[in-house]
Amino acid sequence: MTQSEIEAIIERYGRKESSILSILQDIQTREKYLPREALEYVGEKLQIPLNKIYRIATFYRALSLMPRGRHEVCVCMGTACHVRGAQRVLDQLKLELGIAPGETTKDLNFTLETVNCLGVCAAGPVVAIDGQYFGKMNPTKVEGTLKQFRSDKKKEAADGKA
Amino acid sequence: MGRLSSPQELEKYREGIRRRRDPHQAFITVCGGTGCHASGCHAVVDAFKKVIQEKAKGNGVGLRVTGCHGFCERGPLVVLHPQKVLYQRVKPEDAPKIFEETVLNGKIVESLLYEHPTTGEKIVSEEEVPFYKKQMRIIFGNNGSIDPAQIEDYLAVGGYQALCKALFSMKPEEVIREVKKANLRGRGGGGFPAGLKWEQCRNAPGEIKYVICNADEGDPGAYMDRSLLEGNPHSVLEGMIIGAYAIGAHEGYVFVRHEYPLAVVNIGIAIQQARELGLLGKEILGSGFSFDVQISRGGGAFVAGESTALMATIEGNVGEPRAKHIHTVISGLWDRPTNLNNVETWANVPLIIDRGADWYTQIGTEGSKGTKIFSLVGKVNNTGLVEVPMGITLREIVYDIGGGIPGGKKLKAVQTGGPSGGCIPESLIDLPVDFDRLTEVGSMMGSGGMIVMDESTCMVDVAKYFMNFLKDESCGKCTSCREGTRRMHEILMEITEGRGTLDHLDLLEELGWVTAEASLCALGGTAPNPVLSTLRYFRDEYKEHILNKRCPAKVCRALLKYRILSDVCTMCGRCAKACPVEAISGKVKTKKEKGIPFKIDEQKCIKCGMCFESCKFEAIEVQ
Ligand SMILES: Cc1cc2nc3c(=O)[nH]c(=O)nc-3n(C[C@H](O)[C@H](O)[C@H](O)COP(=O)(O)O)c2cc1C
Ligand code: FES
Repeated sequence: MTQSEIEAIIERYGRKESSILSILQDIQTREKYLPREALEYVGEKLQIPLNKIYRIATFYRALSLMPRGRHEVCVCMGTACHVRGAQRVLDQLKLELGIAPGETTKDLNFTLETVNCLGVCAAGPVVAIDGQYFGKMNPTKVEGTLKQFRSDKKKEAADGKA
Repeated sequence: MGRLSSPQELEKYREGIRRRRDPHQAFITVCGGTGCHASGCHAVVDAFKKVIQEKAKGNGVGLRVTGCHGFCERGPLVVLHPQKVLYQRVKPEDAPKIFEETVLNGKIVESLLYEHPTTGEKIVSEEEVPFYKKQMRIIFGNNGSIDPAQIEDYLAVGGYQALCKALFSMKPEEVIREVKKANLRGRGGGGFPAGLKWEQCRNAPGEIKYVICNADEGDPGAYMDRSLLEGNPHSVLEGMIIGAYAIGAHEGYVFVRHEYPLAVVNIGIAIQQARELGLLGKEILGSGFSFDVQISRGGGAFVAGESTALMATIEGNVGEPRAKHIHTVISGLWDRPTNLNNVETWANVPLIIDRGADWYTQIGTEGSKGTKIFSLVGKVNNTGLVEVPMGITLREIVYDIGGGIPGGKKLKAVQTGGPSGGCIPESLIDLPVDFDRLTEVGSMMGSGGMIVMDESTCMVDVAKYFMNFLKDESCGKCTSCREGTRRMHEILMEITEGRGTLDHLDLLEELGWVTAEASLCALGGTAPNPVLSTLRYFRDEYKEHILNKRCPAKVCRALLKYRILSDVCTMCGRCAKACPVEAISGKVKTKKEKGIPFKIDEQKCIKCGMCFESCKFEAIEVQ
C-alpha cells in the first residue's frame, strides 16, 4: 500500500482522529493486516501516538498485526452453531490446516479465524471462507470444502488422496 | 426527485408511487436475507431475471429482492404476489416452472409448497404456514415485501407518515409522552423504558445532543437487528429522526458491527435516499428541524456494544466501558447528552407514533408492551426469526412456531439473553415470555437470542462455552471480571475433563457472586448467569460429571469412549479412512477376502468423532 493510498483513506474520513478505527479497518480490508509502516504513517498524519494506535489495533478482533493468508477461513463459534457441533468442525479444521485460530499456514494460503456469530444461525454450523458461507457443516465435510481453496500443489495432493 | 419541502409534498409523492403500482399486478419476491444468501438465493434471483426477460416481454411482472422473511430454515424463499403463494427451498431450475405455471397461469407448483410437518397437508399461502401463523409481525412484517434499497417501497407502505405526524402535529414533549405511555422498553438488553431515557436526555443541559442506534448485536446466536437493518433500514432511520426531534438532537450515529457488511451498505443507501428526499438533513420536510446521521463501524468486540464503550469507540478510543456515575443521557458521546437505543427499539417508534400508544399497549403484558423479535435457533425444526407478542409462552414459540425438536429428541432447555442470560429448563416451558418473567427465573430477555437445546446438549458444556466467550471478551479493566471469568472457565474445564470435585460447585457460586458484585459494567455484572442458572436447574448433570465422570449428553470429549461394535461392523473401512490419527485398524471385507472387524486403539484415539460421523451402519458406540 503506497502512502498516497493511505492518504486517500485518511482524507475520506476527513482527517479526523475519531475516525481512526474506520481508517484502520479500511487498511485492514486492503492489506488483510496492518503493516507497521502504515500505522506509523497514519499516526504521524493524525498526530496520534503510535502506542494508542497499537492499543486500538490489538483490542478489536477485526484488526490484525500479522500478515494474513490468501483465504480466510472463519468458523462461527456462536451459541447456535456451538450447540450444533461447531467445536468439532473447528477441531477438524485445525487438524486439516495444522494451525490454531488466529494463525496462518506457512504457505500463506489460509488463515484460520473464529467469530462469534455470522448472523446466519439457521444454517449452523457455519464456516465462511472469504465471505462465502458454507452452512450445515460437519467434520466430514471439512476436507471437501477446503479443497477448492487449496493452492495448486496441495490441491493435486488432495485430489490424489480422494 | 428533489427535496420535499412540506408534508403535503411528501403525500403527493407517495400518492404518485401508489398510483403507479397496481395492487393486482403480479410480482415475485425473493428473500435476499443473509440466511437465504447462504442457501443460494442469488442464483435464484438471476434465474428469475432471465426468465422474466425472456418471457414476460413487457407484461410487467416485477421482481423484488427483499430482506429476511424470517423462515431461514426453508430458504431460499420465494413469495408470489398478490396471491402470497409461498415457495420454499427454491432452486434456480425451478424459476421457469414457477413463472409458467403460477405467474402466467395461476396454477400452483405443489412440489415447492411447504408441507405441514404433522398432517402432511400442503400449504399455499404464506400466512397459513404454522411458522408465521402465531406470529405478530408488526415490526418485521414489511421486510418480506419491500426492497430495502428503494425508499419508494417504504413510502408505499406508509413510511415516514409517523415522522410527518410528529414533526407537524406534535410537540417534542408530546412525542415523549406518547412513547412513555406506550411503555416502550429497550430491546437491546436491559429493558429500560425508552421514553424516560428520552426525557432525561431532552432535559439535560447542553445545546448539542446526540442519538445513537446500537447495531453492534454482540449476542452470539442472534441476528434480528441485522435483518431489520438489512431488510427495512428506513424504519430504523425514521424512528431515529422522530427520537432526535423529541430529544432535540441534530446529529446521530448508527453503530454497526463490522461482521454485517450488507447492513452497512443498506443503511448507507437508506441514509442517502432519505437525504435526497429531504427526510434527513437540513430543515426536514421544511419543518425547521435539522438532523443527520452517520455510520460508524464496530471492530468486533462484544463489550463495545455496551453504551459507554460504544461511545468511546465512536470517539476513536478503545472500546472500554467507564463507570456510569454520570449517565450517558447527561454526559455521553464527547461529553454531551446522548441517547442510545437498540435497532429494534428505534423500529418500534414510528409504529407507536403512527398508531398511537393506546393501540400499542393492547399488545403484550402488564409490564412489557408490544412485540419482540427472537432469533429462534439451535435444536429446533423451524429455525429463523420470529416476532411474537410479549407474554406468549415458550411452549408456543418452540412447538407451535418452531415446530418442535428435530429427530424426535426431547427438549431440555431454552437459553435466552445471550452470554448474560440463563438456561430455562423444560419444566418451565409454559412460562410467559416478557422482561420480568424471564428475569424472575434467572435468565433475561437480552437482545432476543433464543437457543433451543435438546437432550444431546450438555449444560456444563454450555456454561463452559459462555464462560469461554466472556473471558475472551472481558476488556480486562476490572480485576473481578477479568479474573473471575477466567477462574470460572478453568473450573468448568476441570469438570468437563473429569477432574472436578464437589467443592468446585460452591466455589463457582462464590466466584459468580464476587464477579457480579465487583464489576463495573453489565458484562461482568451478568457474567455468572449462565453458570448460576445451569447450576440452579441442572445440578445433577454437574454432579454426574464430577462423581461418575460421565457426560450424559455425550458432549464432553474427555469423558467419552468410542467403541466399534464388532457384530454390527460391516468391515467397510470407512471409519479407518476417516480417522485422522490412524487409531483404527482392521481389514476391509471384499468379494475375495473375509476381512477383520475394525477396532479403535484407545491409546491413540483423540476422540474427534470422525469415525462416528462417517459410519453408515451405527456400528460405533459412544459412552
Ligand atoms: C457487554 C454488553 C454488550 C452489549 N451489547 C449490546 C448490543 O450488541 N446491542 C445492543 O443493542 N445493546 C447492547 N448492550 C446494551 C447497551 O448497553 C444498551 O443498554 C442498549 O443499547 C440501550 O438500548 P435499548 O434501551 O434500546 O435497549 C450491551 C450491554 C453490555 C453490558
Ligand atoms: S451462531 Fe453461528 S451464525 Fe449465528
